[in-house]
Order: sequence, then structure tokens, then C-alpha cells
Amino acid sequence: MNNEISGIIALFVVTLLLAIPFGKYMAKVYTGEQTFFDPVFNPVEKLFYRISGIDASQEMNWKQHLTALLSINFIWFLLSMFILMNQGWLPLNPDGNPSMSPDLAFNTAISFVVNCNLQHYSGETGVSYLTQLIGLMYLHFVSAATGMAACVIVFNAMRNRQAEKLGNFYNYFLKSCTRILLPLSIIVSALLVFNGTPMTFEGKDTITTLQGDSMKVSRGPVAAFVAIKHLGTNGGGFFGANSAHPLENPNYFTNALEMFSQMIIPLAFIFALGYYLKRKKLAWTIFGVMTVGFLSLTIPTVIAEINGSPAIQHLGVVQPTGSMEGKEVRFGTAASAYWSIATTVISTGSVNSMHDSSMPLSGAMQMLGMMINAFYGGCGVGILNYYIFIILGVFISGLMVGRTPEFLGKKVEAREVKIAAIIAILHPLLILVGSALAAYLTANDTPMGWWFNGNATGWLNNPGYHGFSEMLYEYTSSAANNGSGFEGLGDNNPFWNITTGIVLLLSRFLPIIGPVAIAGLLANKKYIPASAGTLKTDTSTFAIMTLAVIGIIAALSFFPALALGPLAEHFTLFK
Amino acid sequence: MKTLFSAIRLTLVSMVLFAVVYPLLITGIAQLAPNHGKGEIIQLNGKTVGYQKLGQSFTNDKYFWSRPSAVGYNATGSAGSNKGPTNADYLATVQARIDTFLVHNPKIEKSQIPSELVTASGSGLDPDISPASARIQIKRIADARKIPEVKVMALINSYTQKPLLGIFGPETINVLELNVALDGLK
Repeated sequence: MNNEISGIIALFVVTLLLAIPFGKYMAKVYTGEQTFFDPVFNPVEKLFYRISGIDASQEMNWKQHLTALLSINFIWFLLSMFILMNQGWLPLNPDGNPSMSPDLAFNTAISFVVNCNLQHYSGETGVSYLTQLIGLMYLHFVSAATGMAACVIVFNAMRNRQAEKLGNFYNYFLKSCTRILLPLSIIVSALLVFNGTPMTFEGKDTITTLQGDSMKVSRGPVAAFVAIKHLGTNGGGFFGANSAHPLENPNYFTNALEMFSQMIIPLAFIFALGYYLKRKKLAWTIFGVMTVGFLSLTIPTVIAEINGSPAIQHLGVVQPTGSMEGKEVRFGTAASAYWSIATTVISTGSVNSMHDSSMPLSGAMQMLGMMINAFYGGCGVGILNYYIFIILGVFISGLMVGRTPEFLGKKVEAREVKIAAIIAILHPLLILVGSALAAYLTANDTPMGWWFNGNATGWLNNPGYHGFSEMLYEYTSSAANNGSGFEGLGDNNPFWNITTGIVLLLSRFLPIIGPVAIAGLLANKKYIPASAGTLKTDTSTFAIMTLAVIGIIAALSFFPALALGPLAEHFTLFK
Repeated sequence: MKTLFSAIRLTLVSMVLFAVVYPLLITGIAQLAPNHGKGEIIQLNGKTVGYQKLGQSFTNDKYFWSRPSAVGYNATGSAGSNKGPTNADYLATVQARIDTFLVHNPKIEKSQIPSELVTASGSGLDPDISPASARIQIKRIADARKIPEVKVMALINSYTQKPLLGIFGPETINVLELNVALDGLK
């Protein structure tokens, strides 16, 4: 067990040590300084812009940014819908998988466009190789780059003294893909391939096992897909079991590599902010708050999983390796527990163990990670979410000391605070309304007609408190654009496909539009030099203030729901 | 409108790089990897008996058993059980697995069984067991094959994979490789 603990500590330290220089590199990429890859990608990008008729040197104001961002996302949605609904007859479908139903295609297309990757299908039987690569893996790149570009727009607003123009969306978007995501993806997929992850266009293989049974084996272009699914914090798996599948994640090394891959860009983004704004102390303050949050979710989870389940102990067997239901022997409980929190705070949503079978306390921590959604967070969007909490923190502290709130030399006024408050309330609203609706239908065992084949309780895989947790988790995961699930839930039906699809759309684009709008409004304002009366945002006092705002918003909004689900189950299990 | 047309064109050209050139490059690199990136296979007497990374179902007393699988080791439909820890049906399933194990391993006490041997893995395709789970199967296998227990023990020791760099992560044993070696014992 000591080997397992040392494994996760080493992993966190290595990720952090590499995130700092990588953040510096990212800041260079976005400021347009010379970098290593210029000779390769400068001509490629120029060609892309010429074909597309885009002038990437033309600066945009915040409204133009949002128009560009939303337009291209709309195109991706239509294209993805088309491929998903026609994959049956399109090429590169060696296993002969069928086209998707409209409601499943709707959910899947939205889910991949918004960087969530809720998967109501299974990779082996639900999609073709063409879909995997063009319909889905392409979106892994561009949806991550969308979040990253939006984040840089906000950086620009924070950096400039007074400006309307905040850089060019396409420039940040394409550079995120070519200079950051692509090079890392190539390295990571090469390492995966040499550790046994397949990368082939051949279809299913049939073999006879040692005992003489016939066994069919799904394969495919897995390595390239798995690398970017983590680097872009997307999380959608090639196979149904995601990164618990031995071909997606063959050994302890690849497990560490994939965990590193999902954390590196969100961590590096914090340091990139420090270099980009020349405010390293602010970056470290943000890192500090996020890390305190991350660890206070991770440590209880690791302990709960290592200790195992009293119900299993009661049956008379021993649990030397902890709670093993839904886990893989080659990762062990500690690395599985660590992953389950990393993937939920970071909005990746890939899994290397089945969260539905986690200890109830771990389930609560996983859900809290997504409910807060600002401890590191997804590529770019993590900082956007955190930015909302900063604005609220500045506002509340301003009220407490009786001054006009300011952030980085700009007055934060009613309009900005209103937007921030709406975005902060939106998240619990979507989660709780969705869960309440589903719980109401389930409690009455409502016949669902077209929406679901049978009565509402039929979609649950577990009874009681845990059943409620399955529904709560699904909406939480959707609203956090996470994509992991308590996968026992029967979610491939019009009810879940459509309701979560709507939640996905609202919870992706409003939390991008909000911070970009606030940043754009602030950027337009006059710069006020810092004075003795200025509230400093890079101090430990303000850090604690932000943490308190996050804690109060999450605790007040979500505690009742958590009490009904995972907490009630915890106290049943440990009574 | 101009924005939409630009978006369409940028989507199409960038798709060539990220969804065509990139996977082809990796497929090229994979040609240097084991079995050209088609998944490592294990052969016995020239016949493919399995994929090295994918677990198989073993029910015969002569072989080391793999962990239970929620999908019966279906490598075209990986999944876990997704059962919650307080689910009564689930606990009954685990109890049934314990009973089956004890019937096949009469010399073993219940309190010696590691929980991983009676709980389903996340993928349903877990290729490994821990050394402890292999050791409690020695008596059954030695009896079924009529070979000395020390020989089986020695095999377990030589097939135990050490943690990463010797210090990180759990020790594991690939069940298929171990069983292939078992068949090779004379």
C-alpha cells in the first residue's frame, strides 16, 4: 500500500514541476513570442488562414470574439450530428456499427462539442472508426482549444490598462491546437503505443482462448484518441470502460501518463496567467486555493477506498488492497481514488475505475469536485470558472470593508457582479432542477411513454440512496461538462439524452460568455492605479476569502442533495 | 454570414491536420511497436491463445482463475458491474462467488480470500491478479494437476511483475501468461 501512496505523491509532484515551465511556454505562445515550433507551424497556420479567408492579425472586441467562438462551435455541432446519424453507411466502419438515433446523436454531438463527453453509447458497438476520428477526436482538439482561447481573451482583458480590443480568437484557437495540444498528443500517443495501446484500422479479431472458448476482441485507432482525450480534458473513451480498459490504459506507467496528461494543461494555465500578466504572485495564490481544494477532496477519497467496504468485510473476506469492486488490479485503489478526483475537479471525466461502485464518501467527493468545478478545472474554462469566484470575492470583500470593489485596477460594478451572480447560480440551478425532476418521476414510478421504455424506476441500476446518487451525478456531470458517470444509470433514451443535452449546452456556453463579457466590460474601464486603499487580490487573506466564497456557494447549494444521496448511504454503510 | 463561411472552411482544413494527418502519423509510429500496434498477442505452440493485455475467463480447476467480470470477459463490450456498495443484490452476488470459491478450494479459509477475487473489475477485462490472489489458488492447482506446490509457487514468483521502477504501484501477475506457463510445466 505504501507503494501506491508514494506513486500518487510522486505523480502530483512531477506534474507540478513540469507545469511551471510549460506554463511559461504557453504564455510565450499566446503573447506571440518566438517558440521552438514556429518553423513547422507558422506556414501551416498561414495556409489555413488563407484558405479560410481569416485575418488572424485583426484584433477583436469581446462581442466579436463571442460571435466567432459560437459560430464555429455551431458548425462543429452540425457536422458531428451528420456523421453520427450516417456512420452506418459511411466508410471506415469495419465492425458494421449502426447509425445513431436522433436523440442519441443530439446528446453525443453536443457532449463532444462542449468538451464534456458524456457517452450514452459504448465505443465498441456504438460508433465507427470514422466517427471516432473525425466526428469525435477532432472535437477533442477543437473543444479544448475553444476553452483555452476564451481564457486567453480574459487574460488580455486583465493585462491591458484600458482597451477595447482583446486579440484575435482564431489566432489563440489555432495556436492552442498546433503549439500545445498537437505536440503533446504526439508524444503521449507514441508512449501509449509502445506500452501496448493499439493503433490500427483493422476491425474485430476472433481468437480461441487457452480454455478453448471463442473470444472476439475490439480494436481500433485507440492511442491517438486516448492521448488527446486527456490532454484536452475531454475524457470520452474509445471503449465503453474508458481508461479502465486494458487497451486504453495497459499498465501503471500509462495510468500515470494519462493522469499527468489530463492535469498538465489546467495546471500550466495557472502559471501561464502569472507569466502572461507578469503577476506570478497572483498565479501562486490561485494555485494555492485550488490545491487546498483539490487535496481536501482527494485525501478522504484515497482513505475511504483503501479502507474498503464494511459490507464486504462483513461477508468474511479480507480487503488487503481496499475496495476492489469496479477497480483494476494494475492501478490499485490509491491511484484509482486519486484519478477519480483528478478527473472530476478537472472536468476530464475519463475514468480508470467505475465511480458507481466507489465508496459513498468518495462519490460525494467526486460530485463536490464537479459541483465546485473550479479547482484547476478543464482546459481554459477552469480559470474562467474561478474568475467568477474572484469577482464575487472582490465584491463581497468590498462590501465588508465599505469600498468600491476593484480587481486589477478596474472598478467592479453592478453589471459585472450581476453577470457573475447569474453564472454562479446557473450551475446549482441546472443540477438541482434536473435531479429534482428525475427524482420526482422515479419516486412516482411514472410511465414514461416515448421518453423511456418503461417506468421511471427502470433507469436505475441501484435502489435507495444510491439510486438518487446516480441521477444527481448524471446532472452534475453534465452541468460541469465533465462526462464521467455513475454508469449504471440507463441513460441512452430520449429522456436522459435530451434533458442532459440541454443542460450541457447551457452550462458550457453561458459560463464562457459570462466571464468574457465581464472581462470585456472591465477592460473598457479606466485604469485606477493601486493605492493604500486597494484590496490586494494576491494575498493569503484574499485567497481564504475566495475559498470561503466557493465553500459557501457549494455547501449551501448542494449540501441537501448530497445528504439525500451519498451521505445517507455512507451512514447506512458505517452505522 | 462571412464568419460562418470562414468557420466552415477553417473546420475543414484543420480537420485534415488533426483528424487525418495526426492519426496516420501515430499509425506510422505504431508500426515500430509490438505487433505493429494491433495489440500484443500471446501464442502457445504457434497458436494465438489471447491478447496479452486482455483478461480471459478461467473456470477450470487446473488454471489460475481471473477476477469476476460483469460482462463475462466480453472484449467487445467492456463494462463494470456499476453496483453500489449497499446494494443487497450485489452483496448476494459476492456471497455466491465466495461460496463457489470455497467449494473449489476446500483447503482455504474464507478469511484468506482477497476481495478482488470475488468483486468485478472496472473494465470486465482485468488481465491481472495480485500475488496474494495467486497464492491462495496454489493448493487447488497442485491437486488438480498432481504437481508439487513448490513448483507452482516458483512459477508465481517468476511471473510477479514488480512495481514501476521498483517503488510505485502494486505488484501484479498476468493470469493468462501465468496459465500458459503452467501448461508448459513438465
